Amino acid sequence: MFWQKLIARIGTTAVTLIGVAVIVFVVIRVVPGNPVAMMLPPGATEADVARLTALYGLDKSIPAQFLIWVQGVLQGDFGTSITTRQPVLDLVLGRLPATLELSIMALVMAVIIGGIAALTGTRLRGTKAEGAIDVANGMALSVPDFLWGLALILLFGVLVPVFHISGRVTPSLDLPFTTGFYLFESLFRLRFDLWADIVSHMLMPALALAIPLAAIIGQLLKQSLKETMHLDYVTLSRTKGYGENHVITREALPNAILPTLTLVGVQFTFLIGGTVIVERLFSYEGLGNMAIDAVINRDLPLIQGIVILFAVIFTAVNLVVDLLYTVLNPRLRHG
Amino acid sequence: MSFLSVKNLTLRLRDNRAPLLRDVSLEVSAGEVHGLVGESGAGKSMIGKAVLGILPRAVEIAGGEIWLDGVDLLTLPPAARRKRVGGLAALIPQDPLTALNPSRRIGPQITDRLVDILGWKRTEAEARALDLLGEVQINDPARVMRQYPHELSGGMRQRILIASAFAAEPKLIVADEPTTALDVTVQKQILRLIAGMQARHGTALLFVTHDLGVVSKVCQSLSVLYAGRILEQSTVRDFFAAPTHPYSAALLGATPKYTDPEGSLTPVPEAIIARLRAEIAAYDEAHHG
Repeated sequence: MFWQKLIARIGTTAVTLIGVAVIVFVVIRVVPGNPVAMMLPPGATEADVARLTALYGLDKSIPAQFLIWVQGVLQGDFGTSITTRQPVLDLVLGRLPATLELSIMALVMAVIIGGIAALTGTRLRGTKAEGAIDVANGMALSVPDFLWGLALILLFGVLVPVFHISGRVTPSLDLPFTTGFYLFESLFRLRFDLWADIVSHMLMPALALAIPLAAIIGQLLKQSLKETMHLDYVTLSRTKGYGENHVITREALPNAILPTLTLVGVQFTFLIGGTVIVERLFSYEGLGNMAIDAVINRDLPLIQGIVILFAVIFTAVNLVVDLLYTVLNPRLRHG
Repeated sequence: MSFLSVKNLTLRLRDNRAPLLRDVSLEVSAGEVHGLVGESGAGKSMIGKAVLGILPRAVEIAGGEIWLDGVDLLTLPPAARRKRVGGLAALIPQDPLTALNPSRRIGPQITDRLVDILGWKRTEAEARALDLLGEVQINDPARVMRQYPHELSGGMRQRILIASAFAAEPKLIVADEPTTALDVTVQKQILRLIAGMQARHGTALLFVTHDLGVVSKVCQSLSVLYAGRILEQSTVRDFFAAPTHPYSAALLGATPKYTDPEGSLTPVPEAIIARLRAEIAAYDEAHHG
């Protein structure tokens, strides 16, 4: 049953990816803006333009271009970036670790902040403190991530400059890393000096991404906790002599967490989308920042590569959430 | 000295102060089975909930005392009270389908109180749980301990909840309509099981039910409630021989008989209800504020 489900999911994923590829391929070719014109210096002749256009295959029809591109992709060749003239796959995979680290850090922060808010709010339900948590939640939710980013830059980069607000790591540092996962590799190599520098760079953009998600997690989890707290098995646990803290965390939480988990999966993909603007804001060298540059330069192969990669990440996250759901809910485990 | 002694207990809703229990007193001796009878909303479940300290948040205790084994629970700080109740008393809940945590295995749901609250060793607690599951006639208890609630039938789950209630060898068990949610064919078995366990362990039982037939089978004494007031308290023998309150007599008369199911189904007469309502209103008037 499990394997059937997995194979079916991989099938639908493939269809989704093809759909995404077609849409992106057509859209970026239909919108105005010519990549070739942007590459050539002013004063280039018509003949120069035509030669370069032919070189990149842009003189062919869109379906023909698509076929050529798909043939390449199936052999692991996503084309060459027009602006940097490097293989798209190398560029994209080079930036992927930075964005993954940022997204995961933001997700962890959101879960911690939102989880604490929900548990505290449930523990203090009916008091003024619960009202205060609800208000804070509402505020966090009604401001988008990039505005939180601006606020954090002003607060911790300008007024009280305690964190780095630009880049991924201090440029003058010597980096011994062999992978792109700086945050994990610095820990692995026990280079805590580098780790501290990287965290100091990541903390603000990650927090900007985390705040709205934390609010959503906090709100939904508190709602399901409060509903669960009325159920009979929670009451029965009280008669055994357990206090409020135990009842909330051991009896209610494992059941209340399921709807939140589904939502986190959906919201995590939004968070990855949010990295595009937040990375730009903090000059963080990730995929999002690269995506904006690619769009500005009309670097068609690079845009295609990035979008496909984002689509792969989105579907992978959803798959992981589905599997986790099965693990956490014993009722789904046995037919 | 009674093991459980409820004195002048008054409960009301927190927001509009509407009374739910009015000056209720009752005594349950060690090993005695006491029935709490009444219509829906009469407040019979509220007595058990007040004793166990699981009243809904909307309900507050406006007055009275609840003495359990010589200590007034209402004078204890919350943590001490929980611990005392957890060691001395237990609950057999109404609906076995919702009273077990769906994401926890059966074993820990029986042993948790013994290990966490009463400080038993885990192996001892597990041995105790296995014994009890055998006593409530569950086949292959070791396997059931590892299962999740959704893998078991309603009757099985109620047996498990009964075993769990007896786990710490409590002196008092509150059974809150323990057969209402079950299939009729299972009801009898469960009733017999509870009565048998009670007799073997010598546990006092506060048996909440709306079924006088059940009371006549398992209880020694009973209280009849109406609108949060106790109308009559007596031994089961005296009650079924000659109820003193007209409402009790009418309740007895409303019990359907197998020999004449249609004709025996008589409602409580309007006149008695009207008189009771007037009495309650007079009581509330006298205790206003």
